[in-house]
Amino acid sequence: MSRGKQLVKDKSIVVPGEVVAEGKDFILGPGVRREGNQIVASRVGLIHFEGKLIKLIALSGRYIPRRDDVIIGRIKEILINGWLVDTESAYPAMLNVRDAVTEYVAKGSDLTRFFDFNDYIVCKIINVTPQMLVDVTTKGPGLKKLIGGRIIKVNPNKVPRIIGKKGSMLNMIKQATGCNIIVGQNGVIWIKSTDPKMELIAVNTIKTIEEESHVPGLTEKIHAYLEKETGKKIKLQKE
Amino acid sequence: MSLESEAKKHVIELLEKGVRLDGRKLLEYRKPLKVNYGVSVNAEGSASVQIGETLVFAGVKLAIEQPYPDTPDEGLLMVGAELLPLANPRFEMGPPGIEAIELARIVDRGIRESGFIDLKKLCIEPGEKAWAVLIDICPINDAGNLFDASALAAFAALKNAVFPAVVDGKVDYGTKTNKKLPLVDVNPMSVTVFKIGDHFILDPTTEEQELYDARLTVGSMSDGRLCALQKGGDVPLSADDVQKMVKIGIQYGKELRKLVIK
Repeated sequence: MSRGKQLVKDKSIVVPGEVVAEGKDFILGPGVRREGNQIVASRVGLIHFEGKLIKLIALSGRYIPRRDDVIIGRIKEILINGWLVDTESAYPAMLNVRDAVTEYVAKGSDLTRFFDFNDYIVCKIINVTPQMLVDVTTKGPGLKKLIGGRIIKVNPNKVPRIIGKKGSMLNMIKQATGCNIIVGQNGVIWIKSTDPKMELIAVNTIKTIEEESHVPGLTEKIHAYLEKETGKKIKLQKE
Repeated sequence: MSLESEAKKHVIELLEKGVRLDGRKLLEYRKPLKVNYGVSVNAEGSASVQIGETLVFAGVKLAIEQPYPDTPDEGLLMVGAELLPLANPRFEMGPPGIEAIELARIVDRGIRESGFIDLKKLCIEPGEKAWAVLIDICPINDAGNLFDASALAAFAALKNAVFPAVVDGKVDYGTKTNKKLPLVDVNPMSVTVFKIGDHFILDPTTEEQELYDARLTVGSMSDGRLCALQKGGDVPLSADDVQKMVKIGIQYGKELRKLVIK
């Protein structure tokens, strides 16, 4: 077998269709695909070469459902045996009654007493078929219908920055503002607080992180911003 | 389907505490609130209005047309609005929809009924020739409250407009004169008051505009008199509501007027 050839620099920005490597001895990570002997980027993002693994960290684009992701979805249709959930991606998800409630529900009964039209729910993706049919469940810890609070939407590719390493960034915002925050992998964020001022600070902080996700020293900057806005001393978590 | 969604309940909860989703007070316009004149070279008059992230361009074209048979001694006024997909992904290409027609009519009524343009002075030859004032409204970004932004932009564009030169009865658009439009000092301003729950708000964002109960566009003149009203939304308004909304509309109309008339 011929040795593979790397065609672009490590950590450079690539566009869809760009040939990033040649040869058969690379392992493909997310965001790249094989076309004959070539390895081609399928999204806009930063390319990473880690030994033989090529992966692409997307910089923009819509959410693509993945198994085991916890997302926040909106009930967009009520069906005979479940609900159709809008996932903020190109693919709606199916929530079956048996994945939603423990009690027995007679076929054809009114499902709106569990989840109504336009309700937001925290759900987990249990399966994604190759045809992108998505199944979700609300059975599990932390999976529920969201009551009250506000929903904001961010670029799903920035979600890892908003959460931070082991949740450090998110915990800092929660600690500083005292808000209840749930971040869905699809870029939908739910915020609830009794104090509207704190709620607004949380929203603005998340928007700032989204805009400046590429800036080095972001954690310190956000820490300073939160201390200034809330007037509280916040413990900076060591990563 | 429940009557009130969770999102709406949350907005009402906040309004009870006297704040909006973006931290503003109930009766407060977004910043920056800006008017720029002469944004288009091809139009006889043009202006852009920015309210927060909402950006609207308005242009005035002047043409010589035959007056309508029922008003042979008056000029013509036409207002058109086009909601481009560029402004909001909700809008679609094609013939103007109900929203675009309503927007144009609200702007039209505010200007026409106040008598802001002296249409009689636009007549060149009764029954034969008169100037037609064509106002085009073009929202560039819709982040809520297109009504007020469009009305203000149309007003500013009219203030900015000058007649083109006329050579042998034909309009020479390449040459502009110094002659302004015959405007009357009534300065109509449109303020749209939105009702959500029991609360009145001004200048809603897109989110708020999706869940309002009723709205009333209040057109008022310099002396504080009403010149136009337009009601929208699914919920009826009581006489008391209308009175309160008109009062708010006239009061904030004065604020907007300060912005364009120094």
